[in-house]
Amino acid sequence: MSSVILINLLAQTLRIATPLIFAALGGIFSEKSGVVNIGLEGMMVIGAFFGVYGSYITGNPVVGIFFGVTAGGVLGLIHAFLSIHLRADQIISGTAINLFATALSSFLIFKLFDGKGGQTDIVTGLSYKIPDWIKNIPFLGDFLAQLNWFVILSIILVFVSHYILYKTPLGLRIRAVGEHPKAADTLGINVYKIRYLCVILSGMLAGLGGAALSLGITPLYREGMVGGRGFIALAAVIFGNWKPFGAFGASLLFAFGLAFNIFAQGLSWNLPSEVYNVIPYVLTMLALAGFVGKTTSPLADGKPYDKGSR
Amino acid sequence: MSKEQKKDTNFANIVKNALKSLAFPLFSIIVSIFVAVFFVMWAKGYSILQYFSALGDLFGLIYKGGFGNTRVTFVTVSEVTPLIFTGVANAIAFKCGLFNIGVAGQFILGMLAAAFVGTIPGLNPVIHIFLIIIAGFIAGGVWGAIPGYLKAKVGTHEVINTIMMNYISIYLANFLVLRTGFGLAGKSTTATIQSSAQLYRFVSGSEANISIFLAIAVAIFTFWLLWKTTVGYEIRAVGINPHAAEYGGINIAKNMVLAMVLSGGIAGIGGATHVAGVLHNVKNFMSLPSYGFDGIAVALLAKSNPIGCIASALLFGTLNSSARTLQLNGIPKDIVYLIQAIIIIFVATDYIVKYFSEKKKKGAIINE
Amino acid sequence: MEKVIEMKNITKVFPGTIANDNVDFELLKGETHVLLGENGAGKTTLMNILYGLYKQEKGEIYVSGNLVNISTPNDAIKLGIGMVHQHFMLVHNFTVTQNIILGIEPKKGFKIDMIKATHDVKEISEKYGFEIDPNAVIEDISVGQQQRVEILKALYRGAQILILDEPTAVLTPKEIKELGTIITNLEKEGKSVILITHKLKEVMSMSDRVTIIRRGKITGTVKTKETSIDELALLMVGRKVNLTVAMEKAVIKGEILKIENLCANDQRGLPAVQNLNLVVNGGEILGIAGVDGNGQSQFIEVLTGLRKPKSGIIILNGKNIYGKSPRAIMSAGVGHIPEDRQKRGLILDYSLFENSVLGSHRNAPFSKGIVMNYSEIRKHCDDLIEEFDIRTPNADVNAESLSGGNQQKLIAAREISKDPELLIAAQPTRGLDVGAIEYIHKRLVEERDKGKAVLLVSLELDEILALSDRIAVMYDGKIVDTLDRCDATEQKLGILMAGGALSETSKGVENNE
Repeated sequence: MSSVILINLLAQTLRIATPLIFAALGGIFSEKSGVVNIGLEGMMVIGAFFGVYGSYITGNPVVGIFFGVTAGGVLGLIHAFLSIHLRADQIISGTAINLFATALSSFLIFKLFDGKGGQTDIVTGLSYKIPDWIKNIPFLGDFLAQLNWFVILSIILVFVSHYILYKTPLGLRIRAVGEHPKAADTLGINVYKIRYLCVILSGMLAGLGGAALSLGITPLYREGMVGGRGFIALAAVIFGNWKPFGAFGASLLFAFGLAFNIFAQGLSWNLPSEVYNVIPYVLTMLALAGFVGKTTSPLADGKPYDKGSR
Repeated sequence: MSKEQKKDTNFANIVKNALKSLAFPLFSIIVSIFVAVFFVMWAKGYSILQYFSALGDLFGLIYKGGFGNTRVTFVTVSEVTPLIFTGVANAIAFKCGLFNIGVAGQFILGMLAAAFVGTIPGLNPVIHIFLIIIAGFIAGGVWGAIPGYLKAKVGTHEVINTIMMNYISIYLANFLVLRTGFGLAGKSTTATIQSSAQLYRFVSGSEANISIFLAIAVAIFTFWLLWKTTVGYEIRAVGINPHAAEYGGINIAKNMVLAMVLSGGIAGIGGATHVAGVLHNVKNFMSLPSYGFDGIAVALLAKSNPIGCIASALLFGTLNSSARTLQLNGIPKDIVYLIQAIIIIFVATDYIVKYFSEKKKKGAIINE
Repeated sequence: MEKVIEMKNITKVFPGTIANDNVDFELLKGETHVLLGENGAGKTTLMNILYGLYKQEKGEIYVSGNLVNISTPNDAIKLGIGMVHQHFMLVHNFTVTQNIILGIEPKKGFKIDMIKATHDVKEISEKYGFEIDPNAVIEDISVGQQQRVEILKALYRGAQILILDEPTAVLTPKEIKELGTIITNLEKEGKSVILITHKLKEVMSMSDRVTIIRRGKITGTVKTKETSIDELALLMVGRKVNLTVAMEKAVIKGEILKIENLCANDQRGLPAVQNLNLVVNGGEILGIAGVDGNGQSQFIEVLTGLRKPKSGIIILNGKNIYGKSPRAIMSAGVGHIPEDRQKRGLILDYSLFENSVLGSHRNAPFSKGIVMNYSEIRKHCDDLIEEFDIRTPNADVNAESLSGGNQQKLIAAREISKDPELLIAAQPTRGLDVGAIEYIHKRLVEERDKGKAVLLVSLELDEILALSDRIAVMYDGKIVDTLDRCDATEQKLGILMAGGALSETSKGVENNE
C-alpha cells in the first residue's frame, strides 16, 4: 500500500478514534472508582448537542466545547446522585440517562434550532491550521496536517489520565475506593466524595467526546450521530482492561476497523463493511469471556457503598 | 382464626396489596407527566400560568393521537403489540435478576427468522404462521442463550454482552439483507413474505393485526409460567435470593440460561409477528428498533409483572402513536421519550423507598 | 509501670443486649495483654470502642493519663492507637507499600514519592524484624505476611498501642510462632499490645496478663505466669444455669451418617475442614461444640451440598452422598435448618406457603409436572402453621414479616415435615426468644425419639449440653474428641474448644470438681 494511503489511513483512524478515547477515559475514571457508567452514550449525545449549540450562539467553537463538557458533567452529576446517594441500580440509572439525553437533544433541536429533519444548522467548527514549515516535513508533515486539535488533546489526556491514576495520591485513592472501599474508609478517605468526583469527570470527558464528534468533523448535530459510540467506548474500556493506554489502544483498534472500511470500499476490496463494524463488539465479548487475556474489573465496581454496613 | 375470618382478611389483603403495588407506578407516571408538561409549555411558548392548559393540551393530544378515530386507534394497536412482547421479555429476565438489554437484538433475530420462513411457498396459512412463531422464538432464544450461558458459566456480566450482541445483530441483519441472496438484488430489503404468512389485518390498509391477541396470550402465559409452575418458582427464587435457591436444590446456572432463552424467545416472537403482521419484509437497519429499549421501561413500570406489562405497553404504545399528532400540534414527539426516561429515573427512586424500609427492618430484626 | 490505656465503667448497649456492662480495662506500657472470651462475650466491641468505631453509652477512656474522646478511627490513630482487624482491610492488587501509605502518601510535587515511601516501609519493617518485600503485591503474599502488612500500616502511622483482633485465627502454626516473635520485638520497642483471642494455648505463650470477659462483664484479670489453662477455661466459660430439657435415655438405632477424613477449603482456598471423622447414629442427638471459625460452617456446607469438598467419604444410610448436589442430598434424606435463616433458609419476598415447599416444590403432591398445586401447598403450610404454632395472620404474608422466632419455626417445620433420616440443625436457636428456643428444642428431641439422627451444631454451650446425647468438639477443622453427655462438663469442653487436650489436665479437672 502506498505511503500516502497509509498516512491517510492512520490519520483517519486517529480522527475517528478521538471521540471514543475521550469517552473511554471518562468510563475509566468512573469505573476505577467503583461506579458503572452505562450512560456514556447519553453523555456523549448531550455533549455533541451542546457543543454545537455553544458554537451556534457565540460563533466560537471553544465556547461550544465548554458547553459540551459542562452538559456532560451535569448528566454525570445526575448519575452520581442516583447511584451514590440514592444507591439506585447503576445500570438502570445509566439507561435512563441515555434515554433522557437522546430525547432532550431531539427536543432541543426542535426548540432551539427550528430543526427540520432532525439536525441543526452548520456552526463554526474548530479550525486547525498548522504552519507551512511543518506541512512540508516529508511523511510526518502530511500526517500532522490531517489531524485536528481534538486528536492532539485526546493523546495528551491519555498521558495525563495515566499519570493521575498511577502516579498521584488522588489516583491511588481512586483505585483503592474502586477495589476495597471499606479499607479506604477506615483510613479516613471519603469514599463518596471520590466517587462523585470521578463520575462527574466521566460525564465531562464523555461530553468532550461528543463535542469532538460534532464539532470536529462536520460541525453540526444530527440525531443519531453518536450512534452507539458510547457503548463502543465502554467496550474499549473493558478491552483495554480499565487502563488509559489500554483503552487508547482499543479505541484505535476499533476505529481502525471503521477507517479501513472506508478505504477498502475505495480500493474495491470485497469484505463487507458489516464485518469491520462488528469487530469491536465481538472482540469485547471475547475479552470478557477470557479468551483474549484476562480482564480484571475493579473489585467494587457497581456495588453501592454503605458506610454503616459491617 | 376461623376460616371465614381468614377468607375476609385474605380478600382485604389482596385488595390492599394490589393498591399498594399500583401506587408506585401511578406515582411515577404522575411525576413524569408533571415534568413533561413543563417541556410542553416551553415548546409551545406558554407562560407559567398556563400550566393546566398545557396539561390539558398534552392529554388531549395524546388521546386524540391515540384513540381519536378508528385509524389512529389501529395504529396504536400496532404500536402496543411489539411493546407487550418486549416488555414481557424484559420482565421475565428481571424476575431472574438479569438485565436483558439485548431484547432489541433478539427482536431483530426474530424479524429475520420470520422474513426467511415467510418466503417459503406453498404452505397452509395456519401452519405457516405457526412455523413463523416457532422460528422467531428459536432465533431470539438462541440469541439470548449466548449471553445467558456466558453469565451462568463464565460469570461475565449480561449487560455488556447483551449490548454488544445488539450491535452484532444489526450488522448481521444488514449483511444478510444487503450482501446475500436473502435480500432482493439492488434493494435494501428482503422479499415480501407469502400471503399465507401474513397475519390477518383487521382493516385493510391499516397495520393493526391479530398479533395483539397473541401478545396478550403470551403475557398471560408468562404470568402463569412465573407464578403457577415450578419453572417460574425456581426462576424467581434465583432472582430474589440465589443462596436460598441453591439451598433449596435449585440449579442457579440452569435457571439463568433458561430465563435468558425465554426472554430472548419472547422478544423473537415479537419480532417475528411484527414482520408477519406489519412490515411483511425486513429492511436494513439504521439503528436498533426502539421497541427494545421501550420494553425496559414497560417492564420497569409494570414492576416486571407480565399482566401489568399489557397495561404499561398500552400507555407507552399510546404515547408512541400519538407522537405524530403531537408533532403536528407543535409538541415535539421526543416528549414521549422524555416521559419514558423520567419514569425510569423514578423506578430508580423506588430504591430509596426500599432503602428506608430496609433500614426499618434491620432495626426490627436486631431488636429480637 | 505507666498505664497507657485505661477504660473505666464502659457500657455499650445494642438493641436487645448489653455488650459491655461496666467494664474496666487497663493496659500497661510495654505489656502484651490478652482480652479473652467466647463469641459474643464483648471483647471486639470493647476494642471497637477504643478504636473509635463505636461510641460507648457510658464510661471514660484515658490515654497516658489524659481523658480523651474517641469518635472516629482517625481520632484513635492520632492518639497512637492502631488496630488490625480480623478481616484484613487490604487492597488486593496494590503493593505492600501502596497499602501502607494509602491516605498519607509522601509527595514530591504532584506525584507520590514512591522512592521515599518504599525506603520508609523497608526501614520500619526491618526495625521490627518483619521480612516484607515492599513491592510485593498483596494477593501474592501469604496470609501471615498480609497480617504483617496490616501491623506495619498501624506502625507507619505512629501507633504506640496495637490492638490485634483474633490474629492467630488465620495463621499456620509456623506463622503463629513468627507472630509471637514479632510481638516480642514490638514490646522491646516500647509498644503495648492488646490481643483479642479465644485460643487458650496462645494466651499462655504470648501474653503478660489476661483479662477475661464473659457475657459483657469482666470475670477476672490475672498475670499469665500465675494462671493455668484450667483456670482460664473456667473464667471464660463459667458456671451457668443449664437449660434442662426433659429427655429419656437414647435408643440408638444404628449408624446413619458416617464421615471419614473429610477435607474442604473455605472461600479463600485455605483448609477449613481437615481430616474430619464423625459418626452419627439414629435415635441420638450428636452436638458439635466449638468456637466460631473452626470450620463448622464449611463442614455443614459440604454435608448439605453447598460446598464442594476436596476429599473424603460421606455415607448416609449406605448411600454415598460425597460431593453430590443439594437436591440429591435432600432426596437421600437430609433435612437442614441452616445457620443463616435469612440468607439460606428462606426467600424473604416469597409468601409463607411458597417458602413452606422450598426444596420439595418439585415433588408430589406439591406439583405435577411443572404445574404447581397451590391448594395442596397451602394445606401443607396451614398444617405446619398449626402444628408448630407459627404466629402469623395467614399463609399469604411474606416471610420477612414474621419475627425471627417464627421464621425459624417455619424452617424447622418445613425440614422436619420432610421426615429426613438425618436432620442437621445449625445454630437453630440463634437470636430467638425463650419460648421459641424451648419449642425448637422440643421438636429436635422428638425427632431423635422417632429414631432419626440429629446433628446439632451450636456455638451455645448450654444448648449443646442440654440436648446432646454425645458431644463432639470441633477445633481447627477436625473433631478433636467426642464425649458422652454424662462425661462432659463445661470445663472439659472449654479446654477442648480452645485447643487444649484433656489427658494433660485430667488431674486438675478432678481436683476442681
